[in-house]
Amino acid sequence: MSAVATYALRLGDDALVLSQRLGGWITRAPQLEEDVALGNIGLDLLGQARTLLTYAGEAQGAGRTEDDLAFLRDEREFLNLHIVEHPNEDFAVTMARQLFFSTWQLALHQRLVASTDEMFAGVAGKAVKEIAYHRDHADQWVRRLGDGTEESHHRMQAGLERMWPYVAEMFAVDDLERALVEEGVAADVSELRGEWDQHVDAVLREATLTRPDDLATPPGGGRRGVHTEPFGYLLAEMQHLHRSHPGATW
Amino acid sequence: MSEDVAQREWPLWEVFIRSRRGLSHQHVGSLHAPDAEMALRNARDVYTRRSEGVSIWVVPAAAVVATSPDEKDSFFDPAADKAYRHPTFYDVPAEVQHL
Repeated sequence: MSAVATYALRLGDDALVLSQRLGGWITRAPQLEEDVALGNIGLDLLGQARTLLTYAGEAQGAGRTEDDLAFLRDEREFLNLHIVEHPNEDFAVTMARQLFFSTWQLALHQRLVASTDEMFAGVAGKAVKEIAYHRDHADQWVRRLGDGTEESHHRMQAGLERMWPYVAEMFAVDDLERALVEEGVAADVSELRGEWDQHVDAVLREATLTRPDDLATPPGGGRRGVHTEPFGYLLAEMQHLHRSHPGATW
Repeated sequence: MSEDVAQREWPLWEVFIRSRRGLSHQHVGSLHAPDAEMALRNARDVYTRRSEGVSIWVVPAAAVVATSPDEKDSFFDPAADKAYRHPTFYDVPAEVQHL
């Protein structure tokens, strides 16, 4: 598989899997309005995923469509980060996940706008506006929950602690991405950390929350197809209809 | 709804949207939000998903002063039989265009 196809799968899988997770909040959010907000964010991500997976299929050159890639790959073939597959748990955990991921994704796409690959540059140009809103939504909630009641502060801090171990993986670069950075196709995620820290620290300060400590040996492996246990259940739910009724359409 | 639950519910906001080609904001509905900033964002998500607008106002529903149904007769009925207030009692010259 070409490096470009792999890179498109990585970014596309991030968006697809988080979209699927956010869909799990529909009818379960604290208010009807929040159902709609999380649904909108999920649909933005699904739109990004569709373009990227279609591109990955074309770059692979084996005639696989976006649906083939989304519904007919098995767990070890998915290349998303661990942070996006983490279960929703409570609203605070979901907001911590969204703050961490959207801050990273925004910084990444702001650089990909200048990619020498027209498809990545095009996706990024549209996505930065969407992601800026996703990040703002998370900013607003983390600040309110952190600087809210004793209970909301406690749960928001617990949410941060829960998601913090998955932060380091977002900034890890492997040989494949290093080569694409050389060609001007990919952006170097290891260079995003300073900007990420600055934004997240500012939100946490306003929210009166404490930045968790980094782990000595953070987990990782999503980019190589190694996933956490809950991911298999996510795939089963996402894929079962397509696999039970091949070729089904609306 | 018990008083306790009522106090924990988010307050209600009235939402006004100005459409792309509209000159004034129009009332489109209402929603719940914990504060004004979140009300704007919720309004964006609930009422402008299909490109309905380019500007949003939110107003606390509690700040709206409304006429009472009890006052309907004295407020509105006196206008009902004054048809001469409508601009329909003169002939328009044929040369007038674009009226």
